[in-house]
This record gives sequence, structure tokens and C-alpha cells, in this order.
Amino acid sequence: MDSLSFQLAHSLPEVVMAIGALFLLMLGAFGAGKRDWIITEVAIAILGLAMLSMLFQIDGKALVWNGAFVDDAFGRFMKMLAIGGALVSLLLSREFMAREHIDFFEFPVLVMLATLGMSMLISANGLIALYVGLELMSLALYVIAAFHRDNLRASEAGLKYFALGALSSGMLLYGSSLLYGFTGTVNFPELAAALQDKPSLGVIFGLVFVLAGLAFKMSLVPFHMWTPDVYEGAPTPVTAFFASAAKMAAVAITVRIAITAFPGIKLQWQQILIFVSILSMIVGAFGALGQTNIKRLMAYSSIGHMGFAMVGLAAGTEAGVSGILIYLAIYLVMTLGTFAAILCMRVGNHYVENIGDLAGLSRNNGLMAFAVAMMMFSLAGIPPLAGFFAKYYVFAAAIDAGLYWLAVIGMLASTVAAFYYLRVVKIVYFDPPARSFERAAIEVRGVMTLSLVFVLAFVIFAGPIVESASAAAKSLVWY
Amino acid sequence: MEIGLTHYLIVAAILFTIGIAGIILNHKNIIVILMSVELILLAVNVNFVAFSTHLGDLVGQVFSLLILTVAAAEAAIGLAILVTYFRNRGSIDVDDINMMKG
Repeated sequence: MDSLSFQLAHSLPEVVMAIGALFLLMLGAFGAGKRDWIITEVAIAILGLAMLSMLFQIDGKALVWNGAFVDDAFGRFMKMLAIGGALVSLLLSREFMAREHIDFFEFPVLVMLATLGMSMLISANGLIALYVGLELMSLALYVIAAFHRDNLRASEAGLKYFALGALSSGMLLYGSSLLYGFTGTVNFPELAAALQDKPSLGVIFGLVFVLAGLAFKMSLVPFHMWTPDVYEGAPTPVTAFFASAAKMAAVAITVRIAITAFPGIKLQWQQILIFVSILSMIVGAFGALGQTNIKRLMAYSSIGHMGFAMVGLAAGTEAGVSGILIYLAIYLVMTLGTFAAILCMRVGNHYVENIGDLAGLSRNNGLMAFAVAMMMFSLAGIPPLAGFFAKYYVFAAAIDAGLYWLAVIGMLASTVAAFYYLRVVKIVYFDPPARSFERAAIEVRGVMTLSLVFVLAFVIFAGPIVESASAAAKSLVWY
Repeated sequence: MEIGLTHYLIVAAILFTIGIAGIILNHKNIIVILMSVELILLAVNVNFVAFSTHLGDLVGQVFSLLILTVAAAEAAIGLAILVTYFRNRGSIDVDDINMMKG
């Protein structure tokens, strides 16, 4: 048994966030509404502290808390992305929440609790830890989806997300119970050891149910029905949080469970992943074609992108996993940049979200028009922008693994998807100008500009990202 | 007839199916969805406890205790969201959840 300080040191970001969330709750409850404005800032500082604390966790891999929790390079990489996504979403939320008069102190507290859940989920090393982390994340997310409580769309979004989310956790649990019953353990490495030879029918059922539950959280087809409605109805910073941090955690745990718990039944999960990834790419490409609401467009775009990311996992190789990690890092920045641009779309005193509102933006606001255009080109995967490299690494891994037709379908889907991204660029640059937008807060413009720089100059940043992604992929156990 | 593991698993599978069917086929009332979710979680608990006694391993029972706790929190949050929805919409019919489409 390791000492308590050793165990705490290996779960430092979680400890920081847990204490931070409780502290913020006290600050909010006893500040009696007077100090609401400072809570978001403190929350941002605590999330920053949690990210900083991870820089000190450099020594390899450790199993703590009775083997329920694993601290490795993979976990640290993904936590960096998830906590970073949460931090930026909070930054983006400040102005929006204040203008919509929903700047209650509960919001940063709930975001912090959700991020804590994501962080526990990413480091989960067993089905129990997975379930607890997932529920901590989901319960907080259900509430913040419906955070605009006087808004019908927001509460409808929350209700839909809750109903389908509860169904998916039920399926995940049923799968977990079958896996437990047929192998006698809930620990990932022990599951891997028990699943060396031909799996029984019970195990296959368990695997399918668990993957279905996780596919829901990643919004992969056929479990994507909630995504467009929740993205459209939820307040925009919440949507940004869903699209960035929540996706990171869900993909991370799927990769971890597939690689560390089910290496022996790779053939089985590979088929499922190829199936959902093809469907997601196709639905993501065709579903977005007729959309007029930009948040809805981003929902279909995220369905498609999760399909592309799953191509890397379907390959099932180390190169594939590091491809997913690079994909997620780039996707995180592109999404946050796009949502920052969406949060700049304010006419008078209210936010607009139709694609038509962007018409002729190039003549009203050159920098924002350029940022939107570059984000769209990057999401479409046009070289030399970041989005191209994201797709390059996963498709290269798929081709190495001999999945040629999967890569071909992916290429075709991204060609179709390019149509609706380019339509946005056309509206921004060639349509007669609509009403110009008000000036957004400095942090929103800052996030947009920084993402723009990242997307344009990815080649410069590529080295360290690719390097730490492949180190992270190596740190998962390879049998 | 001795009641063995299989019987428990069959009961749990039936409960689980009723729960899923309740969510998918229900077109009347959102409360029914909450009830169906509870049924699903109960089915899972039956599974876990049955497996746990069959294997002689306590982990399954610990898991089911955690599920009970989380299920309570989940029901509370679901009802809270339902209340805000009812305030805005004035109805809890499943067919009325149609503000957003496409």
C-alpha cells in the first residue's frame, strides 16, 4: 500500500479541483450575491492551477487508490486538453452570461465539478471509477445545459440531454454488469487478462452495451440524436464546453478502455468502431447541409469530427492512438476558436446565431471574417491549416492498419463536409453585408485570435504536440 | 426448482427491456421516462448482486451501492429540470418537446 501523500500527489489536479469547487461553493453561498462576479475569475485561476499542478507530475506511470485510478502520460495529455477546454469555456462565458442575466455563481462551480468528473473519467482504471467519473460529469452537464432556466429552448435541451443521457448510462451500466459477471473483475488490466481467449456471448453483449453508452457521450451515430438540439438550445458558452472538454473526456475513456481492457477482443470492438465511425462521418457530412443555425451546424460538424477521430481508434495501433490525440488537440482549438467567433455575433443587445447573420462580415470586421474563414477551412481539413494534419495522422494510421476503404469513405465524407464549411466562407466574403456586430469582450476576441494563430501556424507548434501525443500513446499498455 | 443465477439474469433482462421500451415507446408523459430510467438501474443492480453472490466477490455489491446513490442524485436532477421545463412550456407531454427539429 502506497502512502497517502504519494496517492494524493498522483491525483493532484483532481484534488485541486475538488477543493476548489467546494471553496467556490462556500464563497458563492456566503457571499450572498455580492461577489458573484469574482467567482468565475477564481474558477479560471483554480483550473489554471490544476493544469500547472500536472506539470509537476512527470514521473512515468502510477496506479493509486487501490488500482482504481491511473496516472500516466496519456491521462495527463487528455486532462490538459479537458481542463484547458473548461478554462477557455469559462473565459468565453463571462460576457455572455452577464448580458443574458444568468451570471449566477453556480455556473463556474458546476463547470468545475464537471471538469473534475472528466478528469476522474480520463484516469479511471476500472468500471466503478469509470461510472462515478462519468456520472459526476454528466449530472453537472445536465444542469448547465438547462442553466438558462427562463428560456424554453434551454430547458428543453436540458430535458432531452437528461432523458437520453440517463438511458445511455443505463446501457453502460448493464454492459458493465455483464462484463463483471462473466470475468469476475471490474479492473481494466484484470479484465484484459481474463479476456485473452475467445470471448463468451455475455462478454460480447457487455462490450456492445458499454461502447453504446460511451458512443452516446461522444455523440457518435446512431446515438447522436440529442446533439443538434442540445447544441442549439443550450447557452453558447455551455455548447462550447460540451463540444470541447466533454468530448475530450469521452474519447479518452473510450480509447483507454478499448486499449487497456479489451486488447484480447480487438476484432470485436474494431468492427463496432468501424461501423459507428463510417456512420458518423456520413451523418455529420450530410446532416449539416441544410442547416441555417450555426450552433446546429457545429453540432453536425462535431458528429463528423468524432467519426474521423474514431478512425484512428478503429485502426487499433499505437500510431492510431497518437493520431487521435493529435486530432483531439487540434479539434479542441478549432472548436473553441469557432465558438469564440459565434460569441462575437451580437447585434444590439442580443446574440444572433443564424449563418445568414454573418453575411458580408468581411466588409464590417475584416479580422473576424478572416478568423471564421480560416476556422472553416481548418474544420474542412484544407492544407496547410491545422485541421489537415489532424485528418492526415488518423488516416495514415488507418491505411497502415490496412483499412483502406475506411480511409476512402472518410476522404469522401470530408469532401461532402467541405461544401457546408465553404458555404459559410462564401456568405462571409461574397454576400451583401448584414447588420454589423457589436465589439465583443477582449477575452472572447483574444481566444479567437489565439486559435487563429494556432490554426494558421500549426506547423510551428506541431513538433511538441506530436511528440507528447506519441509518448502518451506509448504509455497505454500494449500487449 | 432451485432458483439460480440464470433466473436472476432473466428477471434483470426483462426489467431492462421494459425500461428501454418505456423510454422509446412512451409518447405520453415525461415522468414515465424517469420511471423507466429507475427500472433500468434496478435491473442493473439485480444483475450486479446476483453476479456478486454467484462469484463470491463483494465488488459487485459495492458497485450496486454506488449505483443506488447516483440514481437518487440523477432522479433529483431530472425532476428539477422537468420543473423548469414545465414552467416554461406548461406541459410535460413527450409530444410537446418539439421546439427544435432537423
